[in-house]
Amino acid sequence: MSITKAANLGDQLRAVPSRRSRFRRRQEIEGLLCILPWLIGFLCFKFGPMLASLVIGMMQWDALQPPRWVGLENFQTMLSDPRWYSALYNTAYLSFLSVPLQLTVAFLFALILNEKLRAMPTFRTIFYLPSQTPLVATAFLWNWIYHPDFGLANALMSMLGLPPQGWLFDLDLAKPSLILITLWSGIGVPMIIFLAGLQGVPETLYEAASLDGAGAWARFRHVTIPMVSPVIFFNLIIGIIASFQGFFTIVFLTTGGGPVYATLIYVVYIYFRAFQDFKMGYAAALAWVLFLIIMAMTAIQFFLARRWVYYEGSDRA
Amino acid sequence: MSLVQSQEQIAFRRAQTRRQAKFKLRLRNFILYAILIALSIIYLLPLYWMISTSLKLTGSEMVIPPQWIPDPIVWGNYVDIFVQVPLTLYIRNSTLITLTATIFGVLTASLAGYGFARLQFPGRNLFFTLCIASLMLPEIVTLIPEFILFRRIGWVNTFLPLIVPWSLAGSSFAVFLFRQYCLTIPLELDEAARVDGAGTLRIWWSIIVPLSKAVLATLAILSFIHHWNEFLRPLIYLGRPELRTLAIGLRAFRGEYQLAWNYMMAVALIMLLPILVLFFMAQRQFVQGIVMTGIKG
Repeated sequence: MSITKAANLGDQLRAVPSRRSRFRRRQEIEGLLCILPWLIGFLCFKFGPMLASLVIGMMQWDALQPPRWVGLENFQTMLSDPRWYSALYNTAYLSFLSVPLQLTVAFLFALILNEKLRAMPTFRTIFYLPSQTPLVATAFLWNWIYHPDFGLANALMSMLGLPPQGWLFDLDLAKPSLILITLWSGIGVPMIIFLAGLQGVPETLYEAASLDGAGAWARFRHVTIPMVSPVIFFNLIIGIIASFQGFFTIVFLTTGGGPVYATLIYVVYIYFRAFQDFKMGYAAALAWVLFLIIMAMTAIQFFLARRWVYYEGSDRA
Repeated sequence: MSLVQSQEQIAFRRAQTRRQAKFKLRLRNFILYAILIALSIIYLLPLYWMISTSLKLTGSEMVIPPQWIPDPIVWGNYVDIFVQVPLTLYIRNSTLITLTATIFGVLTASLAGYGFARLQFPGRNLFFTLCIASLMLPEIVTLIPEFILFRRIGWVNTFLPLIVPWSLAGSSFAVFLFRQYCLTIPLELDEAARVDGAGTLRIWWSIIVPLSKAVLATLAILSFIHHWNEFLRPLIYLGRPELRTLAIGLRAFRGEYQLAWNYMMAVALIMLLPILVLFFMAQRQFVQGIVMTGIKG
């Protein structure tokens, strides 16, 4: 929304008649000079590598032999690569479970924090702090919490009279254990965004709804939810996209993809292929497939959003 | 008589409903506080565990049942870690990379954002569209060609791969955000300065930059956190031990030095410390930064 608004403003700026064309010429050069450092960086380190990655993805590129063109062979290899399937499955499992869970918890927290109580800033800081802990520190903290013999998790289990668990080392529990980490470290950011969204809902809407006889639930369902649905939508897109390329630090430093590939996620798999097996071509192809998946998911979400996201000022309710 | 009585009754009823409403509000607040405190305990517990472990005597962190309060409290752990591992060096490396990349990155992003917002030049809309589109580009896609490039020009095992790309075009988002902010600054200010004979660069430096200190601070904080916490790129590019940053140093401590858990937690807390200081110094910019990244679409 803000992009189109900005574009309109840009048009207005352009519409201002320029009286001196020599001045204009100079401005053009200066404008290009202003963006030049960024442009060089963008072409060398983003746009260029993006295209190069596709080319490398069609080559056999490893440490021993000179690079050789193989066309779509890398992509065909993927289809018969069991590790690729498990990486896809694990990434999807983690993303589709942990992101909605995180958002639900974050939204509930934001709802509570939106109540008017004196100590709210303190509570907000407390829930927000874990998300600001560096991921490397978070990973080692949870390695220690999940320690099978002396960890906090099993200490709490025994306090509750439950048997100790293997957590990250347990084939079935490894993924849920990772999700638990993201519920601790991942909710701070969406929570703050939700809170800003909730505080942006005009008080008059609630008052009007009350006058019409709406109870607390009806106000929540028919005022709060539609008003913050754009925020929910963006958190969902950003969350799922980020999680498909995310988790690297946490997974790499806790399970390292194990046990028995149970937590081998896509980015960790790319890392292993590229920087341990030095299969640069195959790894680049893997990365491009991930890119395509992310683009497809974004497109689908934008399509779905038209059905349930309410934008203020548009006719669609 | 009956009239007076009913008036008394009404007054009594009113007081009663008022008391009930007050009680309801109190009960509600009490329940809210109870929920909030319970949740706080859950969310603080891991952090408490980190702090308490970091203060335990070596060996006493590995006992069953665990010590909830360290006995004795060993503050010396925080001195020991500087002796046991090359922590000072790693902190220095992290600081050097983080500060350089942040300062240059914010400067180039603001210059580009200003150019996109204020100046007419060929290809402006195309480049800006590309800038927005690149927000969707996953980092992992550019990683491999970048690595091949940097290996060829001999930048592996230097700080340059961590500083140069970011200093030039680290964050498309920062460019976009700064452009949006520039559009809210009245154009008259530029024009007045131009009439006074200021050039484009001069306007950027002495009009736009001072007016956008808050945005720049937010961008700087986002960049600082990014670089201080960054793990994947240092892991790939900084193979030599003397180049390690704190983030990959922490991993090496567990692997090579077999550091005990109390020391590990102390190092992790030292890594958290600058972020905490920054957070309490500039809470508003922190929160703003998040909200802006969240609604960037």
